[in-house]
Amino acid sequence: MYYRRTLTEAQINRELLGTVLSTPLWWIIIVSLLGIVIAGMFSAIGFMFNQGLGVTGLHQPVFWGFFITNFVFWVGISHAGVMISAILRLSQAEWRRPMVRAAETMTVFALMCSLLMPLIHAGRPWRIFYWVFPYDWARGIWPDVRSPLVWDPVAIITYLTSSMLFVYTALIPDLAIIRDRSTGWRRSFYGVLSLGWHGNPRQWKLQGLAGILLSALILPVFVSVHSIVSWDFGVSLVPSWHVTVFAPYFVIGAVHSGVSAVVTLMVIMRKLYKLENYIWEEHIDALARLLIVVATAWMFFFWLDLVFALWLREEQELVVWNLRLFTPPWSWLFLIFFVTSYVIPVPLWMFRRVRRSFTWMLWTSLLVNVGMFLERFIIIVPALMRKGPMVFDYSSYRPSIIEYTVVGGTIALVSFLLLMFSKFFPLIPLWEEKEGQLLIDEIQIGKIAVPALVKEH
Amino acid sequence: MATAQILGLFQDPEQVVVAMDGLKENGFPGEDLDVYSGSPFPEGSFGEHDPAHRLYMFPLVGALIGFTIGLLWTAGTQISYPLITGGKPILSIPPMTVIMYENTMLGAIIFTVLGVLFESRLPKRNLGLYDTRITEGYIGVLVECPEERLAQAEALLSKAGAEEIKKEEER
Repeated sequence: MYYRRTLTEAQINRELLGTVLSTPLWWIIIVSLLGIVIAGMFSAIGFMFNQGLGVTGLHQPVFWGFFITNFVFWVGISHAGVMISAILRLSQAEWRRPMVRAAETMTVFALMCSLLMPLIHAGRPWRIFYWVFPYDWARGIWPDVRSPLVWDPVAIITYLTSSMLFVYTALIPDLAIIRDRSTGWRRSFYGVLSLGWHGNPRQWKLQGLAGILLSALILPVFVSVHSIVSWDFGVSLVPSWHVTVFAPYFVIGAVHSGVSAVVTLMVIMRKLYKLENYIWEEHIDALARLLIVVATAWMFFFWLDLVFALWLREEQELVVWNLRLFTPPWSWLFLIFFVTSYVIPVPLWMFRRVRRSFTWMLWTSLLVNVGMFLERFIIIVPALMRKGPMVFDYSSYRPSIIEYTVVGGTIALVSFLLLMFSKFFPLIPLWEEKEGQLLIDEIQIGKIAVPALVKEH
Repeated sequence: MATAQILGLFQDPEQVVVAMDGLKENGFPGEDLDVYSGSPFPEGSFGEHDPAHRLYMFPLVGALIGFTIGLLWTAGTQISYPLITGGKPILSIPPMTVIMYENTMLGAIIFTVLGVLFESRLPKRNLGLYDTRITEGYIGVLVECPEERLAQAEALLSKAGAEEIKKEEER
């Protein structure tokens, strides 16, 4: 049952604007450490640009490795943020309030990070203009819109732009709160960003409508983006990739990894920013229940993917599945993926005590994302190894230190960007918390007082 | 005729209702009154004037523009560079729909945000008569009236329990 604590507006301002209006020591230390890791990542990328893609483990015929795995992984992470926020806003779920902003922000930074991957994977990213934009006007050559490599950036840029607008629109009232608590250049900065917000009834009404309209519009985009990412694989002729179930399989997998990432973020945020008054056991309990459903639906699609391969009995499909399931090291990776993304966390989440434990939820959600990274890796690499009859360029793939550095660096990059965001903007929407406070009530039913909520729809 | 603004600051929403009712009963038109708050009170809480908005038109217009751009882009590039790949026709409808769909949604979303800003009358360069305590729990009642009625508005705000009253003259 949802029991909201009673907080005053001044208290909400003080507690949620802590890192915005002052800079704690832990923030400086963590940002500095992450900065070092990110510097390492960009050094590795620079070295790769200078030396060429030969410094990675990519070689004939495996040309999609860690970078593309990481691309799919971060697109997946980005998905749950806006999905959770949009669904909860549309359904006016009361428990959405502390988690929507952080989830939406994670979406934006995860998407930015995912966009980085295909760029550096190309080896010469400055030549991106050759893929996406019209080039060579003199000869009249145009990009091929029939290629999924054009659909993909179009979808991701649509999603990124939409998510940024979604975050900004809901941020305007909070920017006005910071404007009113600041002096000097900060006041001017937040004054410009808050666009002269007063908080009159018309502005509040439109703010509420914006949340609903944008949620309704962004949800179909969310579904389309990961479907299109799956078509990067699905429209090819590579065995085990061209299955019709790939789009929903990718979408639900993205939701599984993304919701887990939201749980990880909420637990870490609560600890670092001392948000005990805002993020409670009830919130992660609700997310864990959602995760059980999502994980099981994802397992169904995973099973379908396997069943279709066995049903068709196409020789090349069976070769790929044989690699994944019975040939080390792929079989070991498969086992780790399967155990960490489903076998361990889902049964644990059945227990209320686990669902309401921040420590348990932190580790199980992290475990899911280790598994989900491996899942994408196992989908991509064994399929490209082309082990089969009359194939003479069969080869395996082992990521190089450069690739490990870049993938590790992206985790630091998203964390760094989230911390930087939290320095300038609140990670929990203040106005939504205040609205929640307005609607608190309690009704007496028999011998107990039950929390009640009055909300117009 | 010179008009002036006056802002009364209240702590209790009930007092705001009394102030708004009092002002309206004394002939201050609803469209000249405004309420500023730091959190969204349910619609109509203060009996405020609520003019119609056309927000729902914006995503429709945006979607139409996005769809048109998507159509011109996908069809135009294929016609401009008619390279047959994989035996597919030059104007392949299925892949075109992918880009057209994304552009339609992007247009709808961008125009929704523009619509929210336009209908909220944002951005505003000058905050005008305002108090920073509004974002810390106070509720402001803004009255715009002819200068000669300023004293009456002030008396009504005071009578309703305004904790502080701020004035600023406008031409």
